[in-house]
Amino acid sequence: MGQSALMLLGVFCLTTCILMIAGAPPFAAFYHFFVGAFGSWNKFAQVLMTWIPLTLCACGLVFTFRIGLWNIGIEGQVVAGAVSATAVLRVGVGSEMAGVFIILAFMAGIVGGAVWAAISGILRTRCGVNEIFAGLGLNFVALGITLWLIFGPWKRPGVASMSGTEPFPPSLWLPHIPALRLSPVGLAVVLIVLIGAGWVLTDTRLGLALKGIGSNPKAAYLHGLKTGRYMLYAMALAGGCAGLAGTFQVTGVYHRLIPSISSNYGYLALLVVMLANYRVWATPGIAFFFACLNIGSIQLPMMLKLDSSLSGIIQGTLVLGFLLVHGWRKRLQSGKQ
Amino acid sequence: MADLNITILLASIVAGAAPIVLAALGETITEKAGVINLSLDGSILLSAMVAFAFTYQSRSLLLGFLGGAAAGAVVAAIVGAFSIYLGQSQVAVGFVLTLTARDLAYFFGNPFSRLYGPHVSPLPIPLLHKIPFLGSVLFYHSVPVYLSILFIGVCWWFLYRTPEGLRLRAVGENPPAAYARGTHTKRTQMLYTVVGGLMVGLAGATFSLCTKPGWGRPQGAEGTGWIVLAIVIFGGWHPAKVALGAYLFAFLQVMGIQFQGWWPSVPAQVFQVAPFPLMIFALVLMYMAQQRPLHLTEGAPSVFHRVVRRLSGSAPAALGKPFHPE
Repeated sequence: MGQSALMLLGVFCLTTCILMIAGAPPFAAFYHFFVGAFGSWNKFAQVLMTWIPLTLCACGLVFTFRIGLWNIGIEGQVVAGAVSATAVLRVGVGSEMAGVFIILAFMAGIVGGAVWAAISGILRTRCGVNEIFAGLGLNFVALGITLWLIFGPWKRPGVASMSGTEPFPPSLWLPHIPALRLSPVGLAVVLIVLIGAGWVLTDTRLGLALKGIGSNPKAAYLHGLKTGRYMLYAMALAGGCAGLAGTFQVTGVYHRLIPSISSNYGYLALLVVMLANYRVWATPGIAFFFACLNIGSIQLPMMLKLDSSLSGIIQGTLVLGFLLVHGWRKRLQSGKQ
Repeated sequence: MADLNITILLASIVAGAAPIVLAALGETITEKAGVINLSLDGSILLSAMVAFAFTYQSRSLLLGFLGGAAAGAVVAAIVGAFSIYLGQSQVAVGFVLTLTARDLAYFFGNPFSRLYGPHVSPLPIPLLHKIPFLGSVLFYHSVPVYLSILFIGVCWWFLYRTPEGLRLRAVGENPPAAYARGTHTKRTQMLYTVVGGLMVGLAGATFSLCTKPGWGRPQGAEGTGWIVLAIVIFGGWHPAKVALGAYLFAFLQVMGIQFQGWWPSVPAQVFQVAPFPLMIFALVLMYMAQQRPLHLTEGAPSVFHRVVRRLSGSAPAALGKPFHPE
């Protein structure tokens, strides 16, 4: 506990230095961060709406990290989920049974993300392509498909633009509290996924197999575990969670498909899980902190003429600091022996 | 197709590939020593921003290139220190730095975006540039482009023809043996991680001062770092083949611009992502070629098989596995 406090203090000092180098008043920046995230109930609701997809992605990533895979492709899996969900919702426009279509969209989103992840998985297990490059390549492919859809078949009547497809009618939006634009359904889904992920990882054979393969693939293989198949399971689970996040972005947040539908939450979730030391129960708290930083930084360009990427710098240095402390401790321990 | 001038096409490939060649050679050196510097995508952007900012402030291109190279070296040094001395995963540190360096570039580059700054102008090599065809393709460029061509040979010579290069490769292939022979493995890995980072930094500077002058968000170099990492695998960790991969990629980029002219209805972004599926395809091809050893297959190997095998190479045996002598 003391160490994390020390680390936070270190990152705080470093951020102050960065702000001073950029010639910005540090305390004004921190103030805007705080007000940007907690200034009103609306803003706090916005933080939660960022927290939902971020935590969903982080939950999924715990599976792939457990088996020792670097699922950088999560970003594309979010997009694939969002595209599949949009495809279903487009059919549902004007329909009487909007609720059915929202549920179908969620299912399509999960399948879309899982399929996209399985492609990376197959490339890794069957075609010898490292999952980092497979995933990354597929991220760009997913982006290309999204852009093609937005500018081609799904373009807005009249003019196609980067602002995305035609917005869906409110009947196809995820139910939300109107005053806050907060979706209780989203929160419930996150809770279910969190508990489910924790249960699968600690209390099932699947979780044990993932852990076994992750810590010693050779031994697990000799023990009769089919490493390739479990890798695909882990990828599909991660992709499913990511697809859920993508669907949430479409039905709950933007109500349409936009080019940057994933909002970089996939990459950010990788940082969250690293900082959580790959434990599922630590992810919600860290994801919440990261969501605060993301929302808090939105005001910076307007108020202080600073680039909002400051939040990314803080998040990145936090993880670097964590790795530093971790490595230092390891070094001290090995020195003692 | 008729208005496609071969000379201009080749010249633009040589020029456009310059930063990619530089970065890919730098990463090759780093990986030959057994360290993966995954942070390229971020460090190229950071060094591009630093180079442009330095040049803009000081009006000195040299200072810009030095600053860019230094930025690349610093990021590489962090990757090296974390993995070699602190035993952290190279992939983890590299990935975090990819994002952080990019954000740093956007944050500090904000005041410099969309400004018109000095950039490198072409410097034809006297006499040589008058050779018909070859002269315009190879000898009518700016200094960083010549440097990129020169470095291909220098890298190859250094890695395969000098004692120091042999030591570097030994550390990447078999660190215990290198250690037993008296090589300071950790120091060697750290040194070549930083040297590779310097070249990646030069590549970034070449982007913002030469290939795509200026700074902005996005700069236009986004995604290149990942392509470079794939090119190093594609080139089998051999400087000449890696450079060939870089030129192939530049060719695809130039053709992408051509295709765009032919199909204006398809958005430009779609062509920009086209290299990535090709990258995956190339990596699959490499793997398939490695899978079937020639002496085991019956009959004569197909021409295709032979070509792919000749092109590919194997990774340094100790790549990404830090060695800790007792």
